[in-house]
Amino acid sequence: MINRTIAPDIKDAIAFNLQLKNAEQYKLDNGIPVYSINAGEQEVTMIELVFFAGNTYEDKNIVAGTANFLLKNGTSKKSAFEINEHFEYHGAYLNRSCSNETATITLHCLNKHLNNILPVVEEMITDSIFPESELAVYKQNQIQRLKVSLMKCDFVANRLIDEHLYGFHHPYGRYTSIADYEALERDDIIKFYKEYYQHGKCIIFVAGKLPGDIQEQLNATFGKLHAGEKQEKVILTTQAKEKKYRVINDPNGVQGAIRLARPFPNRHHPDFMRVQVLNSLFGGFFGSRLMSNIREDKGYTYGIHSYFENHVQESGWMISTEAGRDVCEATIEEIYKEMKILREELVDEEELLLVRNFMIGSILGDLDGPFQIIARWKNYVLNNLDEKFFYTSIETIKTISAEEIKALAQQYLVPEDFYELLVV
Amino acid sequence: MIHYEKFVLDNGLRVIVHEDHSTPMAVVNVMYDVGARDEEPDRTGFAHLFEHLMFGGSINIPEYDEPLQMAGGENNAYTTNDLTNYYIQIPAENLETAFWLESDRMLSLAFGEKSLDVQRKVVCEEFKEHYINKPYGDVGHKLRALAYKKHPYQWMTIGKELSHIETANLQDVKNFFFKHYRPVNAIISVTGHVTLPEVKRLSEKWFGPIAPGEKYVRNLPQEPKQTEKRVYQVEADVPLDAFYKGWHMASRLEKGYYTADLISDIMSGGGSSRLYQALVKEKQLFSNIDCSHMGSIEPGLLTIEGKLVKGVTMEAAEKAVDEEVEKIKHHLVGAAELQKVKNKTESMIAFEDMTIMNRANSLAYYELLGDAEMMNTELDRYQQVTTEDIMESAQEVFTDNNSNTMHYLSRN
Repeated sequence: MINRTIAPDIKDAIAFNLQLKNAEQYKLDNGIPVYSINAGEQEVTMIELVFFAGNTYEDKNIVAGTANFLLKNGTSKKSAFEINEHFEYHGAYLNRSCSNETATITLHCLNKHLNNILPVVEEMITDSIFPESELAVYKQNQIQRLKVSLMKCDFVANRLIDEHLYGFHHPYGRYTSIADYEALERDDIIKFYKEYYQHGKCIIFVAGKLPGDIQEQLNATFGKLHAGEKQEKVILTTQAKEKKYRVINDPNGVQGAIRLARPFPNRHHPDFMRVQVLNSLFGGFFGSRLMSNIREDKGYTYGIHSYFENHVQESGWMISTEAGRDVCEATIEEIYKEMKILREELVDEEELLLVRNFMIGSILGDLDGPFQIIARWKNYVLNNLDEKFFYTSIETIKTISAEEIKALAQQYLVPEDFYELLVV
Repeated sequence: MIHYEKFVLDNGLRVIVHEDHSTPMAVVNVMYDVGARDEEPDRTGFAHLFEHLMFGGSINIPEYDEPLQMAGGENNAYTTNDLTNYYIQIPAENLETAFWLESDRMLSLAFGEKSLDVQRKVVCEEFKEHYINKPYGDVGHKLRALAYKKHPYQWMTIGKELSHIETANLQDVKNFFFKHYRPVNAIISVTGHVTLPEVKRLSEKWFGPIAPGEKYVRNLPQEPKQTEKRVYQVEADVPLDAFYKGWHMASRLEKGYYTADLISDIMSGGGSSRLYQALVKEKQLFSNIDCSHMGSIEPGLLTIEGKLVKGVTMEAAEKAVDEEVEKIKHHLVGAAELQKVKNKTESMIAFEDMTIMNRANSLAYYELLGDAEMMNTELDRYQQVTTEDIMESAQEVFTDNNSNTMHYLSRN
């Protein structure tokens, strides 16, 4: 009979020697930098074209997001329908996304169709015409979508907490109203497109079991773009004075969205990596203090998480949950209690080892496959970091002490520094 | 082509192994042949609640998550109307930890009162978060109840109502466990940086000694063929009117499943699909529209749903949907149009198969359906569908007497 009460021996994850596969780097004829990961078994390629065309650069609300969204909606040669049909016929997925600094076009494609697909991507970047009719449909549908979203407490809470943290004038704190959509004009979009796509700075990330001639294919398609330089634009954040907010969005709501957040520096700050370990312990994974207490012991919520917002300029440390309406205040109280325990008591070695092992195991799992590896590189490149960040992070996870963690908690997990928001 | 090996332990537990040494990780996937369809009508939501209880400690191991996290592993689980699935991703060196944890909870749970008490609350909050405190959150419940009068697909995995979850007791939990969570009703798949001999050894060691249990023989009330058109009207505090129409379709292994799946792509699988182009872009009757199906093992629903542009009447919207439906019933789809959705399917399968986690999940699922080998033959079944098949299938599914329509009206 085996003794099932004894756990099998494990190799501590911290004993693993984690390596980040190097991204190959080269430049196209026009100077566009390419970062490339060639790995995997399936004959597929992912290409991400990153433009510095996020909402940081817009003069009018939601112009950047609209330009990005409508890239697929018509060129001088092809209608939106024809563009979509072309991608779909070849089983290719073309997605767009717009964030604060950058906006992205992402292509997933079987290798065998790549040469048919790339010229159309190029056409979108050089020859989009943003037909008035497409813009009108977009506006109408976005407004309808927004009306539905505004009924959700979590959606409203996410908007408000960012406004408190960064200020509405800042791209991180700004959000869109129905009036903003109504005020959109075609000329705004075209002007933005010219400046930030047709003549904007572009970086390419490519991953998959790449075809042998991928470099030639990329160069033939994107090597003649009028690649420009990144425009420097720094807007300073301003934090709201008032710290505590209670909002009733839906009088009949049965749950409330809770957001607690404090400003935090960006990835270049010396505490950034160290505080990741504290965050994991606090609310960063299923075994965290917040989850164990508020979900697994009290049953107040389906889930509670803490994390850092993914921003370049500066970040916010966020605690986020949806809890039963009658236990929202109790939940907030428990969050502060957990902060206090971290400030006052040393984490024991067993729990700290668990957090270390979990974090390393999680990074290891995260490096599974070419798309995941390039995502990490993209994150580093866009945040002006390099692979040193990876190796220093690992070293930090392996070596940070309980005393350091307590000191970090005393410095950062201070209730007075947190914005506190409840939206029912 | 996915290579794998399969063996069966003496207690009936089926094990599938797929080696991939390009990753340092392993995935252990345990699929139990039980879902919300196996629940009693007055005890719904139980399979899913039970999934939560599986993390509350087992007979010899008080904490499930901690030792797993200590070994650098992560896990999660999901419950559908058909099945319940648990999966672990872990550094391959620590593979045995996954076997130890999963085998102990297959042996027996701890059945703690506290765990049940807390997870009842957690699941109630999950219910509220996804189905009550959200505009249109009750649509799934209402549409199923309209379309299924006998078959247990009439309720969602979360359950019919909060009270079913609130009143679950420990005896129910025990009965459910010993009826369904037995080796003979389970399939394990192990993928990644593992070897067949190692997986065999670990399976024998940890799962081998567990008593086989009794094979669960499913004997569910079948849904009688629908013979009348059903229309249901709802008013709610939502900003937009919405339209839903569901038709009964074929079961997972029938040819009709593949044609229905392709029909859903032809109708709404992207920016060049029929419903999107005609009703969102050209006629501008809907702000979004979607055609999809439940992906269920037993006969599911093929559904068209969308939100109406403000000012458009329900009659106009429905008429336009009906016109598109009539079109696909009476005119052959173009060869290129069919090729397009087949290409999309091929591509989707290729991307899905990229991670060892998805491969583990698919292998177990196809084995549950009858044969893991279907993982390698699935695409062929799509390729064989002809334009005539599409029309025939559309004629069979899209009839009035097979339809369940819901008008979801904004009260504001």
